[in-house]
Amino acid sequence: MRVTDTVTYKDPAWHTRITWTVVFLAVLLPAGWLAEFNPAVLWDEANLRTVGHFLGTFLPPAHSLEFLNMVAIATWKTIAIATVGTVLAAIIGFPAALAANRALSLSALTTGRMAPWAAAVRWTVRAVLIFLRSVPEVVWALLIVRAVGLGDTAGVLAIALTYGGMLGKVYLEIFESTDVEATRSLLRNGAGRTQGFFYGMLPACLPELTSYTVYRWECAIRASVIMGFVGAGGLGQQMELSMRMLAGGEVITMLAVFVGLVWIADQVSLQLRKWTE
Amino acid sequence: MSTHLRSVSVAYGTGGRALDGITMAIGPGEQVAIIGPSGAGKTTLLHTLASALKPGEGAVTVLGSDPWRLSQTELQRLRRRLFLAPQAPPLPPRQRVVNAVLAGRLPEWSTWRALRSLVYPADIRSARTALARFRIEDKLFLRCDRLSGGERQRVGLARLLASPAELFLLDEPVSALDPALAQAALQVLQGEASARGASMVVSLHAVDLALARFPRIVGLREGKVLFDLPRPAVDEALLIELYGSELCNSFQAPPEHQAEALPICRGCV
Repeated sequence: MRVTDTVTYKDPAWHTRITWTVVFLAVLLPAGWLAEFNPAVLWDEANLRTVGHFLGTFLPPAHSLEFLNMVAIATWKTIAIATVGTVLAAIIGFPAALAANRALSLSALTTGRMAPWAAAVRWTVRAVLIFLRSVPEVVWALLIVRAVGLGDTAGVLAIALTYGGMLGKVYLEIFESTDVEATRSLLRNGAGRTQGFFYGMLPACLPELTSYTVYRWECAIRASVIMGFVGAGGLGQQMELSMRMLAGGEVITMLAVFVGLVWIADQVSLQLRKWTE
Repeated sequence: MSTHLRSVSVAYGTGGRALDGITMAIGPGEQVAIIGPSGAGKTTLLHTLASALKPGEGAVTVLGSDPWRLSQTELQRLRRRLFLAPQAPPLPPRQRVVNAVLAGRLPEWSTWRALRSLVYPADIRSARTALARFRIEDKLFLRCDRLSGGERQRVGLARLLASPAELFLLDEPVSALDPALAQAALQVLQGEASARGASMVVSLHAVDLALARFPRIVGLREGKVLFDLPRPAVDEALLIELYGSELCNSFQAPPEHQAEALPICRGCV
């Protein structure tokens, strides 16, 4: 082998970067073509007329006391489904992320590699998380509706399962991307792994964990609407009825409620971030 | 309880050796300063002594046992008896100082006790006492990211005082402190080590501090022990040999004249 001592002024990362950009474009462009993405159909005259007619029924929004009362109850149910579902999801995701956490591995601490059994646990947990979130919440809802019947329970369980998978994955990424030196230092001085987690890792990533969980809660509110369409309770079930009867005024009222809910979620997230910051 | 290395070598991931055939022994209660140019292997040496790093070759004994023959549980039990303070204080930014200091007690605490202490600090008095010895007791309930670099470093050292360790391994423990504070902080650490009968190995880039405060000096250069001598035997010639042109550059040539000064430097090495 020849040893060169000439200084190079080339960026060593350049070729990798170019390659990935080309690969990315090569995948993306055919994907758009396969999906038959064609914005022109939006401006098709017949389509415009149908949509215009339906939109015309949106005004005035439905506001009878009886209807508002019903919307209030459905909204409350939706919030309850999303909240309980997200809490259960966190109860699934948090321990899973802890179990699969590479930064808390004592064997990786010294050798840079996890012990075989620990690596096996890590991959098993990751596989379970992938399975949980690869089944969309609507599909879970359809399955669970078969098992437990129509109603809110199906919505709660569906959110818990899919979002448990998502939260677990993202918690894990947050844990492993924060600065691990604080945790490692504790482990090197003899602290246990749980102690290392609570004294080193958690204080470093608490704001990210909270804001992502609150964002998932916001998503859960929206998801519970879609699941309402398959009979899993809440505002969505009402909206599906109104849609089917082409009662645009009712749809717009409920959409307004949604905007309100998402705005509230946004404010809650902002406040929580401020406290933990 | 002796701690020693025999012909220990550690390879860099990129090839070359961070440590190259190191043999040294640290007696009980002994206080040793390690000096040497940047990249000499001081941090690697401390990590090896702390059983934080498994050397490629050679034998390690830490506090009387070979860490790499122990089970994971026994190794963790051994690590409880030592304290490795990394150069950058390992404090999570949002942690409160009181918890950061009490983290030194974790080796003695059960998991349950550790969790309870996050709800209400278990031993505020001892955390405050430890901080007071470095004159930062007023920071007790502040968050670590509100502290200056020097204050953070002293919080890291206060954690050492809170810990039950009997072997102190400190990597540049006073690098962020002004000379007077650095003297005072080392005095506290050395006093604590003597009081406990703990051994102490400290890497320092401030040669004057090492010479002023430590009875035994180890000079490390390119992963090898250049000298390992009692303080009185360390003279200027040895230091020039240790730091080579780096010492010449920093002491003899003002920046604007460095180019002219270099040939003279080569001559003096």
